[in-house]
Amino acid sequence: MANLEHRKPAAQPTRLQRFFDGDLWWSFKSHKAAVGAAIVLLVLIVTAFLAPVLSPQNPYDLSSLELWNAELPPVWIEGGRLPFLLGTDVQGRDIVSGILYGTRISIIIGIASVAVSLVVGILFGLIAGYFGGWVDNLLMRIGDVLLSIPIILVAILVSSIAQAFLPPHLREAGVAAVLVLSIAMYSWVQYARVVRAQTMVERRKEYVMASKLVGTPARRLMLKHILPNTMTPIFVTATLNFGLAILIEATLSFLGVGMPPNQPSLGTLIRIGNQYLFSGSWWIVLFPSLQLCLLVVAVNMLGDWLRDALNPKLR
Amino acid sequence: MLAFIIKRTINAIFVMLSVTFLAFIIFQFVGDPVRQMLNEQATQAQRDALRDKLGLNDPFLVQFGKFVGNAVQGDFGVSFRNQQDVMTMIADRFPATFELVLVATFISIVVGMPLGVLTAIRRRSWYAESLQFVSIIGISLPSFVVGIGLILVFSVWLGWFPAFGRGDTVDIGWWSTGLLTSSGRMALFLPALSLSLFQITLVMRLVRAEMLEVLRADFIKFARARGIPARVVHFRHALRNTLMPVVTMTAMQFGGLIAFALVTETVFQWPGMGLLFIQAVTFVDVPIMAAYLCVVAFIFVFLNAVVDMTYAIIDPRLRGSEQ
Repeated sequence: MANLEHRKPAAQPTRLQRFFDGDLWWSFKSHKAAVGAAIVLLVLIVTAFLAPVLSPQNPYDLSSLELWNAELPPVWIEGGRLPFLLGTDVQGRDIVSGILYGTRISIIIGIASVAVSLVVGILFGLIAGYFGGWVDNLLMRIGDVLLSIPIILVAILVSSIAQAFLPPHLREAGVAAVLVLSIAMYSWVQYARVVRAQTMVERRKEYVMASKLVGTPARRLMLKHILPNTMTPIFVTATLNFGLAILIEATLSFLGVGMPPNQPSLGTLIRIGNQYLFSGSWWIVLFPSLQLCLLVVAVNMLGDWLRDALNPKLR
Repeated sequence: MLAFIIKRTINAIFVMLSVTFLAFIIFQFVGDPVRQMLNEQATQAQRDALRDKLGLNDPFLVQFGKFVGNAVQGDFGVSFRNQQDVMTMIADRFPATFELVLVATFISIVVGMPLGVLTAIRRRSWYAESLQFVSIIGISLPSFVVGIGLILVFSVWLGWFPAFGRGDTVDIGWWSTGLLTSSGRMALFLPALSLSLFQITLVMRLVRAEMLEVLRADFIKFARARGIPARVVHFRHALRNTLMPVVTMTAMQFGGLIAFALVTETVFQWPGMGLLFIQAVTFVDVPIMAAYLCVVAFIFVFLNAVVDMTYAIIDPRLRGSEQ
């Protein structure tokens, strides 16, 4: 307990201080891969959200594209020139700008789908675990069915069919929402299962019983008393699912049922670049691919560390 | 025992019914078949007659019942796009997908198991630790990116393997195989490798975890104490006890791989079911989409049910925990 020595006895440590004194931070600091992954992830996220400032060109603005800049190789290769650091695609779009904006879309969709599935999963898990009975049965059977169909199929079907039926004026904004839903539709089950199992344990404990006796309403009991005790495993699952969500989104976009070419995510960029694989313009596909790999590997490495760090059995 | 098998079968049937329901809903959602089958000049009376004949005026549940009845007999109608029987189209493409998945599974076991054993018995060595590290990357890499990378390196830059298609195939009955010709085998190599990469890391991590568990057991200590050589202890005593979970996982993943092969098939333009499905998605060719969904889900659900039942027969402890 090294942290006891340099904690002042009088002052109550703030939440942030407690975090930096805690086991989790110590485990993080001593885990090189986790620190590396966190730094990479931070850089990727910051650059993605500063895309409008950092990128030399707005890839959505068709008027900024010049055709004589088309298919320029990266600068270190004969024929490449600044400001197109990693070259351009066939429309004269700067690869770096495309990647930065694309990463932003990928991250936003990843976060949104994790958020949606978290809310739905936690809600259903709490309800199923707290009330039990037929509600529990119904919700869990729906989850079972969803998990017994390959995830990629469900996502492709939902997203392709929903997109075919979006009214034209909603298509621009709707595509991302459809993608988020088709990814979240699958992953809420995992949260629901975790929360449900934990809730069934917690609701029999004395503190819940006592609170019930005092007359606390069920909603408050679930959200304020039981939920905080289920958060640790949820946190790990959410991190790993964030990586998975980015992967699924990229795969859907690559298959042509995800983000359209006028709002390209990383998957869309790879899909576009893949068409020029044999024409010698390898940079159009290579750099978005590398960026996607970097993003997912960083998230998963962080998730892997978190799982081990929060696992009480491994302490 | 029997009760468990019955319960598991009912469960599988229930899942299949739900999947069929999903496919049926897609049909309901996507357009009016009458408008596609009649021309512009058709009168309202003709339309009504056709609606009646197709059973579109029946109650919802009756229509669903008919759909399930047809699906069980493998009848999903004809493709909207080229008017061919959907089941025949899928059956034609099935061998390509099956061979791809089979070879990928084979590669993943042949490569993954030794790596798993190695990382378990030399746990502290630098190569075991770096393999474990690399395996996280292997699990994270998107499969289509791996495929594109393989094409870029081995087809575009080095020119060793073909990047698309299936090469020459030989027909054995209705089954067309690419395994018997050298061009077929060359064409199979890159897609199978790209599909198996994820699987390799999965097998490796599983074998490693199981081996570490088994190596702690008393019978291993005893075997060592008897002076049995390390190689025999590791491979004959320890590895054998890890085989069961590996076989289970491989069987369960097989169905998932068949579904996931659609990504690989798209990258390599491999003429399998998955490519057919993706092309159907582009044209909203609903009969093919519905049939593919049902076929793949059936393989998936069937394999899972068989694995569960086999497990229950071999390991009686599971039967009790099912209650």
